[in-house]
Amino acid sequence: MKRSVIFGALTVAGLTAGAASAATLDDIQARGNLICGVTTGLVGFAAPDANGEWQGFDVGVCRAVAAAVFGDPTAVEFVPTTGQTRFTALASGEVDMLARNTTWTFSRDVDLKFEFVGINYYDGQGFMVPTELGVSSARDLDGATVCIQTGTTTELNLADFFRVNNISYEPVPIETNAEAQQQYLAGACDVYTTDASGLAATRATFENPGDHVILPEIISKEPLGPLVRHGDHDWGDIVRWTLNALISAEELGITSANVEELSAGTNNPEINRMLGSEGELGAMLGLEPDWAKNAIMVGGNYGELFEKNIGENTPIGLARGLNALWTEGGLLYSPPFR
Amino acid sequence: MSTLTDPPPSESFRLSQLIYDTRYRSLTIQVVAFMLIMLGLSWLVSNTVQNLQALGKDIDFGFLGQPAGYDIGQRLVPYDSQATHARAAFVGILNTLLVAVLGCALATVLGVTVGVLRLSKNWIVARLMSVYVEGFRNIPTLLWILLVFAIFSEGLPHPSTFRPDAETGQAESTMLFGSIAMTRQGSFIPRLVYADGAILFVIAIVLALIGIWALRRMAHRRQDATGETMPVLIPSVAILLSALIAANLIISAGSRSNELSLVAVGAEDGMSLAEFSGAAGRIDFCRIRGSGGSFSTQNLLDEREISYRAREFFGDRDSARGLARGECVMIAVPASEAAAFAAELTPELRGDAVAVVLSDTVLEGPAVQVEVPEITESGIARFEGGIPLRNPLIALWLALSLYTSAFIAENVRSGILAVSRGQTEAAFALGLRPNRTMSLVILPQALRVIVPPLISQYLNLTKNSSLALAVGYMDVRSTLGGITINQTGRELEGMLLLGGFYLVTSLIISGAMNVYNQSIKLKER
Repeated sequence: MKRSVIFGALTVAGLTAGAASAATLDDIQARGNLICGVTTGLVGFAAPDANGEWQGFDVGVCRAVAAAVFGDPTAVEFVPTTGQTRFTALASGEVDMLARNTTWTFSRDVDLKFEFVGINYYDGQGFMVPTELGVSSARDLDGATVCIQTGTTTELNLADFFRVNNISYEPVPIETNAEAQQQYLAGACDVYTTDASGLAATRATFENPGDHVILPEIISKEPLGPLVRHGDHDWGDIVRWTLNALISAEELGITSANVEELSAGTNNPEINRMLGSEGELGAMLGLEPDWAKNAIMVGGNYGELFEKNIGENTPIGLARGLNALWTEGGLLYSPPFR
Repeated sequence: MSTLTDPPPSESFRLSQLIYDTRYRSLTIQVVAFMLIMLGLSWLVSNTVQNLQALGKDIDFGFLGQPAGYDIGQRLVPYDSQATHARAAFVGILNTLLVAVLGCALATVLGVTVGVLRLSKNWIVARLMSVYVEGFRNIPTLLWILLVFAIFSEGLPHPSTFRPDAETGQAESTMLFGSIAMTRQGSFIPRLVYADGAILFVIAIVLALIGIWALRRMAHRRQDATGETMPVLIPSVAILLSALIAANLIISAGSRSNELSLVAVGAEDGMSLAEFSGAAGRIDFCRIRGSGGSFSTQNLLDEREISYRAREFFGDRDSARGLARGECVMIAVPASEAAAFAAELTPELRGDAVAVVLSDTVLEGPAVQVEVPEITESGIARFEGGIPLRNPLIALWLALSLYTSAFIAENVRSGILAVSRGQTEAAFALGLRPNRTMSLVILPQALRVIVPPLISQYLNLTKNSSLALAVGYMDVRSTLGGITINQTGRELEGMLLLGGFYLVTSLIISGAMNVYNQSIKLKER
């Protein structure tokens, strides 16, 4: 008995030891698929559709990375993580990367030892209330019962916001967005607070979205982006430049429709370098020359991903706002492919 | 055994004896096994340290001293988001202990009742209890917790339905007995609030308990000497009641005429309450939880129709901190100390604000008053006052109690069945009535069988309380083992502390229960 316990413990320790080693790309290639941590379900960002296929904006990033590595957007396994489990999952090597509405903060980057490779959505924390509550500003929320996902930055922002404004509230901690939605609709809490994009996505799934309003106050900066473990810069570069490729593609006018045609060669050297007909950018990453082409083929460039999953023509209906290209007054700006 | 006839030739110790000689072999095996275990353990530790190093992490408990940053709803001690992670863990520990104590108490009451009733001769009662036991113990705890939580948070009315309609003046929902509000955001029950000097009640209770103990001892002595029994229950209750009434009279005599002054921040010297209210608009009043003085002051504010908002604090120090931070601006303190309090408070305040004593005074009121929860009249509908019992606490408490009581019921049943039927018959033959037979003959013997497994059930309940996470009850697993770990990334340290806490708690519970077990177990002479 004692012996089997020890062997069990040894095995577990050995496995974690193996997983935590560097060279993530080698592990992924040996395994044959990418393991991507996503939310437990937030329509538009990451949620399984009726056929059980994961769909969404964050999922699109995962698929693009899988396509860049393997040339196959389906070589990816999605692991749903909650606000509380996501960092442990990434740190322990259970997932290779997180693409999960995770805010880039100083302490997560420096103290938790993660590497945010970029920002795929500029967000801020908002509040949603039922119209019948008769509240038009977050400052009127004195005494409200607030549903809040635990283990998030929003939890800390919420505490700060109410403290600074000298109003009180009753936190109702919940684990997942689905749980929050259920509690909020049941009236077990008066207010639901999370990233404004998450509120819009959640409201879109309500039976009567018109009965709920998102209050005008945005109380924080929430730059959301994919992240990987500290220490393996080669792997971090792959995820970073895949994201940059999607953003640059929109800027350069590369879409899922014309990428095949453009990859044969154009008179724009940056497009040529990115799509592999010129230079050796793919080899520098340790990937095939057509890595970026594969990534863009999956769901199109950043703009296409946005419009298809969360854009104004979807039920979620988010405007580009801060997430427009820098050339169009937004904040998206990719470093050059050179 | 024939080898013993020949005394073994004296020979020097050879190394091979460690394996081939039965005298040494078992020792050898134990030493080798011990070394292997130690090696394994040291490998585990060094592996952990190495891997943490590879991730760039170290083992450091310094995070406990940093501000936690998150808020906790249900709490027993002062806490806010600026408090440290250690404080948050402490709040969680108290919440765990709260639900464990409440759960063990309710589970015992339910379990004993069900266990006894399952042996009832009444067919329906006995079968119903069988269904109860089998139903609760064969479905996982987590499902019960979620089920109870869903019933409470979806089945009960919304707080806003308690607010009277503007036109008809009728509310859709009413409070139970006019004083208990059960809503989908939590239940609120009346709270007793005490005037200053409530410590006298504690002294009265202690004195009464000593009196009761002496009375019972005397009754025992008398029965041993003369064989006569003496009633103890009614005199015991009488002693306790009279002690409480006496304490109440003594405190009330002082507190009914005790004047409280109102110390306000931002008022001008000599202002009356009405003038301050006019100047400040809405007054943020510092209510001290369980204080009769705060309660009387609120009654006065209500009476004069002054617009105010109560912020609740846990005591004098907590409320002074609240005043200093500007969370509230007015507090009731004894008139004799008011000037000194205001003078002490002023340097603590932000900016150049000054605390002054208002000209109005409030009478502290009787020793004990009942604070009934009330729905707010404007703003967001919620209950103020009373004791809030949030749904996560209720769900966890009820579900754990119901689940564990099924096991306790079986322990009780087995304990009673373990006492042979002859004991009852012998007691009857001696002329003891059935209830005395139960209390003097059956139960003392049954307890010996019941208590040891009961300890395990208490431990189970305490550890199962970590399922609190599922319904958002902020126990130690959710604070220290959940949010704190998540915000600081100190998984190993947090989990070690958490494991240590549960280990110590379990050992204390089982230690205390073992002491009790010693006192009731069969004493051999």
